[in-house]
Amino acid sequence: MEMAAGHHPIVMEKSPYGIPPGKLAMWCFVISDAVTFSAVLFAYGYLRVGSPDWIAPFQFFPTIVNGLVMTFVLLTSGLTMLAAVEAAKQGRTAAGTRWLWATCALGALFAVLHLLEWRRMLEEGWRLFQNPTGGSVHFGAAFFSVTGLHLLHVIGGVIALAIIAIGFARGKYNRIDVEITGIYWHFVDLVWMFVFPLVYLMNAK
Amino acid sequence: MSEAQAHAEVHHHSPPTSFIGKYVFSVDHKVIGLQYYGLGLLAVIIGMVLSWLMRLHLGWSTLAIPGLEKLSAAGAPGNVMTPEYYLSLMTMHGTIMVFFVLTNVPFAGFGNYFLPIQVGAADMSFPHMNMMSFWVTFTAFLVLMAAFFVPGGPPLSGWTAYAPLSAVGVEAGPGQGTGQTLWAISIAIFCVAQLLGALNFISTTLDLRTKGMSLARLPFSAWAWFITSVIGLLAFAVLLPACILLFLDRVAGTSFFIPSGLVISDKMQAHTGGSPLLWQHLFWFFGHPEVYIAILPAVGIVSHILPVFMRKPLLGPRVLVGCMVAIGFLSYMVWGHHMFVSGMNPFSAILFSVPTLVITIPATIATLLWIGSVYGSRMRFTTAALFCLGFISVFISGGISGFFLAQPSIDTYLHATYFVVAHFHFVMGVAAIFAMFAGTYFWMPKMTGRMMNETLGKVHFWLTFVGVYCIFMPMHYLGLAGNVRRYAAFTDDFLSPLIPVHQFITIAALITGAAQFIFLFNLIWSRLRGPKAPDNPWQATSLEWSTTSPPPFDNFGGRQLVVNHQPYEYGVEGPDGDYIMQTAPEAAKAR
Repeated sequence: MEMAAGHHPIVMEKSPYGIPPGKLAMWCFVISDAVTFSAVLFAYGYLRVGSPDWIAPFQFFPTIVNGLVMTFVLLTSGLTMLAAVEAAKQGRTAAGTRWLWATCALGALFAVLHLLEWRRMLEEGWRLFQNPTGGSVHFGAAFFSVTGLHLLHVIGGVIALAIIAIGFARGKYNRIDVEITGIYWHFVDLVWMFVFPLVYLMNAK
Repeated sequence: MSEAQAHAEVHHHSPPTSFIGKYVFSVDHKVIGLQYYGLGLLAVIIGMVLSWLMRLHLGWSTLAIPGLEKLSAAGAPGNVMTPEYYLSLMTMHGTIMVFFVLTNVPFAGFGNYFLPIQVGAADMSFPHMNMMSFWVTFTAFLVLMAAFFVPGGPPLSGWTAYAPLSAVGVEAGPGQGTGQTLWAISIAIFCVAQLLGALNFISTTLDLRTKGMSLARLPFSAWAWFITSVIGLLAFAVLLPACILLFLDRVAGTSFFIPSGLVISDKMQAHTGGSPLLWQHLFWFFGHPEVYIAILPAVGIVSHILPVFMRKPLLGPRVLVGCMVAIGFLSYMVWGHHMFVSGMNPFSAILFSVPTLVITIPATIATLLWIGSVYGSRMRFTTAALFCLGFISVFISGGISGFFLAQPSIDTYLHATYFVVAHFHFVMGVAAIFAMFAGTYFWMPKMTGRMMNETLGKVHFWLTFVGVYCIFMPMHYLGLAGNVRRYAAFTDDFLSPLIPVHQFITIAALITGAAQFIFLFNLIWSRLRGPKAPDNPWQATSLEWSTTSPPPFDNFGGRQLVVNHQPYEYGVEGPDGDYIMQTAPEAAKAR
């Protein structure tokens, strides 16, 4: 029997989690990535506890204020993502696309704010291996590696959101794809909710 | 049809027609499985040759090995290996074998080929991602191999790459420049590939089972691949950032793993405040689950094959699956047993020792289930069956030394001796390899449509079985006598009396290695000229035997399989003989 390309309806056993493979894979990826971030945060904690010369360098203004703004931006992007998924579920493609672009824009804003903060710190003399305040050099290493890993995930998410938004508007992607992107984006947001207290707030002067 | 089911289908492709589409960039899980197997075969030959070079040097440390100077002028001036180059070869031997053979063949190789078929699916959940996983693995392999050819050669810090040796850079010794950096990059790339593969395995097992294939009816091999992929999902997620941090220490001037005040070759290192122990924690949190990733598919494969040749089901099948799950779960709690002599608090040592001893319980239960099943059975002694029995033997031999090493007091003496080398080689280097051989002899007819030669197989088995005992049993004695590992030569009064034992081991290793060429010849000759294999040469019951040898592109020729039976109905009145296939009609009840 010749196999035609495309979907071929066959009866299968019900998945124990009742969710399609794409969503399951994204959940598994999120769990794995959470372990990766945990490992990096563990390294940060290990080195911080072991460094007698750790000095908390962050002033309230500009660093903590900037961090709060970034947090607000990312949390709002989580809301817009929820709206996008809701709209997609209800079949409102135009609205869903608009909410996706809103999320994408907020994510891009987060990335820009983050990069500007990095530029300011680099100008002050911070490096992966250098601490201009004279405290532990691990501060720079931990800060740039943790926030850098997170920023990579944000940028990846922004690109993915743009691709999904374009495809969703054209009918190439469906509500499940939007939801899968949502799972990833909420994960990125969740990681930030660990990074901000552990790396920013705990290093406030 | 529910939304979940509508999206649980595999997107069916029409079969590819070009050579590149069929054999190179194929999305067919069967081709990808064979590609992984082929990569594993290449890797194991390289790894084995490295072990011969190591063993020759250990037996005869002033030996000039022809051609070695061509491989590395600095590492082997006058064809005599320097101690540093011995350590480099040892590092590459371990890295290649653990990653590109043991993590590769039983899991990615056989698993990719047979998991979709055993659950009744037409392909994996994500065929394109599957293809990408293989080519990313292959890229990692090339990056690692490049370490042989860069200035300084391959790294010498062992497959465990302990800091600060692995982190400081080129001043630490030959191979610690570009070679070590390539190692870190290669392993990081490998982690990504394994993570993508794990996603595919988990999704396929949960979502793509055909009608009637409940989780309770999954074959042991499918369970093992599923549990292994869950372990791998979490374990490789830790090795990846560890390698990235190591890379940063090496090229970006960070000091994650490098302490202050380190003086190397009269030069004070600029790094401060890092912790070599941090690397050990991160590495072994991955490293211990990794060894269970290496052995669990082997356990699954052996448990799957044994009933076929015993013509009776295994005792306690649900207990066996429970043991596999327990081993997977406990594997995350024992990583500190690799660090007993790192200066840790003895109470922490107890915290790791107890779960390590507990993990021997499910392993022992599984072993007793195998032995209890084999006892009183009318075994068909095919080569595959022999390798399964051999697996049980070497698994016990290797496992027993584990009981000793699990205790911090004994481990304080035995750590970094040949006792440890004997232990892990028996369980990983022999048991897992035996399972790969069993899987090959069992499944080659299905994969290639040709039977392998049984006589050559039996000669291969007996030479290998006797050979591995000759190689690795004496190492227990060496370890107890105090013979340190990772030494290139034994020149002092304390260790030099043991050199004759090393020479015996070397000769055994060379002979056993030569015997593997019988296997290789058998593999190639049978593929080209072997007798044609029927659909079900072993009269086995699982789904792979319900299709042609080899299976068509979509595994079942467009048929929708319906599963009505457990996978190990042997020794019963069946429609075709003393077995009932999983796809047999429901009316064909056992007994």
